[in-house]
Amino acid sequence: MSSVAVTQPRVIRSEWTKFITVRSTLWSLGVGILLTLLFPILFAAVTSSHWGTMSPREQADRHPMDIALAGVNVAQLAIAVLGVLVITAEYSTGMIRSTLLAVPKRLPVLWAKLGVFAVVSFALTLPAVIVSFYTSQAILDRHHILQTSISSPGVLRVIVGSALYVMGVGVLALALGAIIRNTAGGISAFVGLFFVIPPLMNVLPLSWNNAISKWLPSEAGRQLFALQRDHTRFAQWPSGALFLGYCILAVAIAAVLLRRRDA
Amino acid sequence: MIEARALTKDYGEKRAVDGLEFTVKPGIVTGFLGPNGSGKSTTMRLILGLDRPTAGDVTVNGKHYADHPAPLHEVGALLEARSVHTGRSAYNHLRALAQTHGIPRARVDELVDFVGLHDVARKRAGSFSLGMGQRLGLATALLGDPATVILDEPVNGLDPEGIHWIRTLLKRLAAEGRTVFVSSHLMSEMALTADHLIVIGRGKLIADTSVEDFVNSASRKIVRVRSPQVLLLAEALAGPEVTVTPIEAGVLEVEGIDAAAIGDLALQKHIAIHELTPVQASLEEAFMELTQEDVEYRAA
Repeated sequence: MSSVAVTQPRVIRSEWTKFITVRSTLWSLGVGILLTLLFPILFAAVTSSHWGTMSPREQADRHPMDIALAGVNVAQLAIAVLGVLVITAEYSTGMIRSTLLAVPKRLPVLWAKLGVFAVVSFALTLPAVIVSFYTSQAILDRHHILQTSISSPGVLRVIVGSALYVMGVGVLALALGAIIRNTAGGISAFVGLFFVIPPLMNVLPLSWNNAISKWLPSEAGRQLFALQRDHTRFAQWPSGALFLGYCILAVAIAAVLLRRRDA
Repeated sequence: MIEARALTKDYGEKRAVDGLEFTVKPGIVTGFLGPNGSGKSTTMRLILGLDRPTAGDVTVNGKHYADHPAPLHEVGALLEARSVHTGRSAYNHLRALAQTHGIPRARVDELVDFVGLHDVARKRAGSFSLGMGQRLGLATALLGDPATVILDEPVNGLDPEGIHWIRTLLKRLAAEGRTVFVSSHLMSEMALTADHLIVIGRGKLIADTSVEDFVNSASRKIVRVRSPQVLLLAEALAGPEVTVTPIEAGVLEVEGIDAAAIGDLALQKHIAIHELTPVQASLEEAFMELTQEDVEYRAA
């Protein structure tokens, strides 16, 4: 009777349909990609035009990958908001009841949403970052500054790492949305975790800051696309593992709550 | 077939459903009746596995809802609360739900036509009127051609033509051998569609009976008597089983003794009678009488 059963691939197909048939998806993804592409162009142009007036010390501080990935910091917010919305919009509209009536085992819905969203975030961010790398390099090349190549040590890793980071952010945001079940609450939780708490750490004494900050999910994730090792943070692989750990923890909590709570 | 056994649900301190026992049989329309806030929607949510019972158990077609491998083929449900993403078109809403069960697109097209949403199927569901929303909900419920249909207040927001359409549809679904379980807070609506009634108040079972028996058992037998000699008549009727209530000058309402007995008595005592009318309590009155102690929110 497998032909008339709810299966994971069918639920994935259903979640894909849901994902692409609401406007918020197209808006958030469009804005996310646009920012990923535009910021590097803007920063490359500004850096080029001001290069002559920069002190040697300031020039030495510039790095081509910072410029190429300038959009990622902003794009992550668009992805996070969409990640939260993917699940909280179902609660605010009541769609979740229809969803859970069709898939009363519930967990296949969470897996499908996470799968669809993770693949989409990665598959869109990676080419956007690659394009950004080449456009920013092309602009910088005209002024013969800050040249690097995709085959230079670490460059490809940073590019792929940034796409993995954005994917992780999307997964984490979706899980937060599933836990909190409220759009404003979910977005606030993400913004608090990624944009409010990290700068607050600067208020602490430096030794405290360094001891705590490396454990933050945002800082752990950031090491995935840091070109140079920051010695106040964990190394890339441990940081990546920590970031993955946070994602898994959030998803696990979301899964347990989804099973347990009344819908 | 729906079977509830000692079904109980607490929300915090409040007991919304209290030890419900009932069986909803296939082939007939079973009305689920109760005042607002009596626990009808909660009971339906428990049947559908949306909420977990605090105690007791409920199964549909022999299994817990969530244990059916293809639940939309077993049970179709229309909930009272809106259950549609407002930003998605009706057509895409149905298509996404159909995909979870591998239900073909043709079935979605068929249902869109069947519920009369053909012209608006590509519009955002958020722009729908209450009646159109109900029609979309019905299409959702019927998507998997289910053996059991559970509808929470389906006539809400429908125009007279839509209400008539639903009544006919419910009867037809029952005639096809399906289990049809429909809630309403309106007795008059149930009287027109239902064959059997399950009545609850404050989460407790009040009656589980045929519509006919319900009316008979609940209705008081009242006789209106008009007479120029009401005082004499009242005196003559007085008895432990009989209550006599003056309605207006020269008119009594008598309960506990039937019209024929009153007439005979009056003849015996030589009291003139100008009117002798048995008054049948309406369905609405019967319902109100049964549930009056169990109404949660009453107008002051």
